[in-house]
Amino acid sequence: MAEIVLDKVGKQYPDGTVAVSDVDLEIADGEFVILVGPSGCGKSTLLNMIAGLEDISSGELRIGGDRMNEKAPRDRDIAMVFQSYALYPNMTVRENMAFPLRLAKLDKATIDEKVGEAAKVLELTELLDRKPANLSGGQRQRVAMGRAIVRSPKAFLMDEPLSNLDAKLRVQMRTVVSRLQKRLGTTTVYVTHDQTEAMTLGDRVVVLRAGVVQQVGDPQTLYDHPNNLFVAGFIGSPAMNFLSAQASDGVLRTALGDVPIGERLRGMLERGEAPQEMILGIRPEHFEDAALVDEAARGKGKEFEAPVELVESMGSDKYVYLTVEGERASSAELEELAADSGATDLPAGGANLVTRLSAESRVREGGPYKVWFNLEKIHLFDPSDGRNITLHEGRAAGVS
Amino acid sequence: MEARGAKWRWGLLDVVVVVFALVPVLWIMSLSFKTTATLTDGHFIPREWTLENYKTIFQTDQFVRALVNSIGIALISTLIAVVLGTMAAYAIARLDFPGKGALVGVSLLIAMFPQVSLVSPLFDIERRLGLFDTWPGLILPYITFALPLTIYTLSAFFKQIPWDLEKAAKMDGATQGEAFRKVIAPLAAPGVFTTAILAFIFCWNDFLFAISLTSTERSRTVPVALSFFTGDSQFEDPTGSISAAAVVITIPIILFVLFFQRRIVSGLTSGAVKG
Repeated sequence: MAEIVLDKVGKQYPDGTVAVSDVDLEIADGEFVILVGPSGCGKSTLLNMIAGLEDISSGELRIGGDRMNEKAPRDRDIAMVFQSYALYPNMTVRENMAFPLRLAKLDKATIDEKVGEAAKVLELTELLDRKPANLSGGQRQRVAMGRAIVRSPKAFLMDEPLSNLDAKLRVQMRTVVSRLQKRLGTTTVYVTHDQTEAMTLGDRVVVLRAGVVQQVGDPQTLYDHPNNLFVAGFIGSPAMNFLSAQASDGVLRTALGDVPIGERLRGMLERGEAPQEMILGIRPEHFEDAALVDEAARGKGKEFEAPVELVESMGSDKYVYLTVEGERASSAELEELAADSGATDLPAGGANLVTRLSAESRVREGGPYKVWFNLEKIHLFDPSDGRNITLHEGRAAGVS
Repeated sequence: MEARGAKWRWGLLDVVVVVFALVPVLWIMSLSFKTTATLTDGHFIPREWTLENYKTIFQTDQFVRALVNSIGIALISTLIAVVLGTMAAYAIARLDFPGKGALVGVSLLIAMFPQVSLVSPLFDIERRLGLFDTWPGLILPYITFALPLTIYTLSAFFKQIPWDLEKAAKMDGATQGEAFRKVIAPLAAPGVFTTAILAFIFCWNDFLFAISLTSTERSRTVPVALSFFTGDSQFEDPTGSISAAAVVITIPIILFVLFFQRRIVSGLTSGAVKG
């Protein structure tokens, strides 16, 4: 067990492409850190650099205080779980798990004991003499985990270990991974492109975009106080709604009506610290059926009316899709996020709003409906660089 | 009904092909068991069985010596070609190095080059270098022509082996060499054996180089020695002995294939990664 320190670590390929640039990250002993981002953001490259499977072009990597840049993977004492599991097909489950121990030249009794223990933890005891070809996907995944834990390494690296499982098994294995990590207390770096996994598993989450760290923080902080448009759009499902907003005459003109501007924001606009054209972001759960909002709360927000396009009742709450007039917000970040989620082919014209209302709401598809939204939970972003304008001392402060 | 008809038609076709291929072999076998007097009697099943032909060929030093040459030269050539080919194929499958395309292209070129056009220059070169009529004098050209074959088949095999396995081995504490020996090589074994068989058959069957680059029993291989068989006198027909020798030299090939066949079938890479 050890802490992992990345000191301005970067990766540049010979042809000049920069995969990862100047990542500063301190992972404490026993911490569970998630690297998350859309495909091609450099998260796997970063993990491979920690593993030693890819060279570090600049900066320094320290594990347990020692510089690791030049050390071969075998001398770093870290274990890795691959997305493909990478089990050795010519060996049984037992041999697969014993492989790292055999290479470490442990005696046979110790190997048997350690493999037995790991197999028990992962419920693989019955399968020890099978070949990987005769295992199900979930079992193979557990063998891959077993191979990593047998030798009690300084750290675990996991490269999208659950992405090949079906949805139900993935949720199950998520808790297995989480419990195992808590129990062993081993420093873990986990790569995923699934933001749900990132939110549920990690002590801290690192959001990457095009090789640059966007924000590092615990899941709730990322969710409530995103640094920029990219983090706001990437974290959360369904994603945050984005609308264009123009500041004029002391109010923000948006598709949801005019939103009053608070003291701080007015100051920023006057000093030219905020642009006149902004992107307004609001999460689905910060909307509510106007009929269900009590008097006390009503004043904190604003009501608007919009035609209901679709209602998805989840039992616990209702996802209501509203169509609002006005332009769809656009920026480089949003386009990238849309491309990653495959939403680029959606028809243009009019903005679609996803809202999450209480299950008691009597909303119906078709007609217009009155919906309330919370002004305190609004985020405003600068379209040119994506930064969160509402963020004040690390916390989002709405339009105040 | 139609499917059944098709089955019959295909079955019949198969039988025709097998008969076409096997009749000459059986005929040679039949000839090898006939006595000199009944050689040309036209009967497929010998009227008088004899082992005389086999005795004769094993009594002549000429044949035994050629058999030793053949086995030695083919085995050594195969071994070297497979070892070199394995390493080259692994590099081609795994690494991106400058000149990779050229290397693959040149080896393909060698495979397509008509061997006949090389015989005279090789003859001159080997005479100058003192390689003419020696084992190395045959082993070298055999390796040259077996290598493209081995590189091609093996690089296809290596490309099928997931690279993650090698990375995993390295993470598990293996050196590059250990990763190759303990993880990659066992998985590539079926490919290596298949290639070895093909290379061996090529070296074993070669006649062109063997007849051009040898002149004495020192390095003459069996296919060539066969052509030098003569009867005890010019009136005696060596057909019986030639047939017997032909039968004898197919045996090593059959053994070789049978021995490695099991390994080819077993140990495929299934289950390594999610497929």
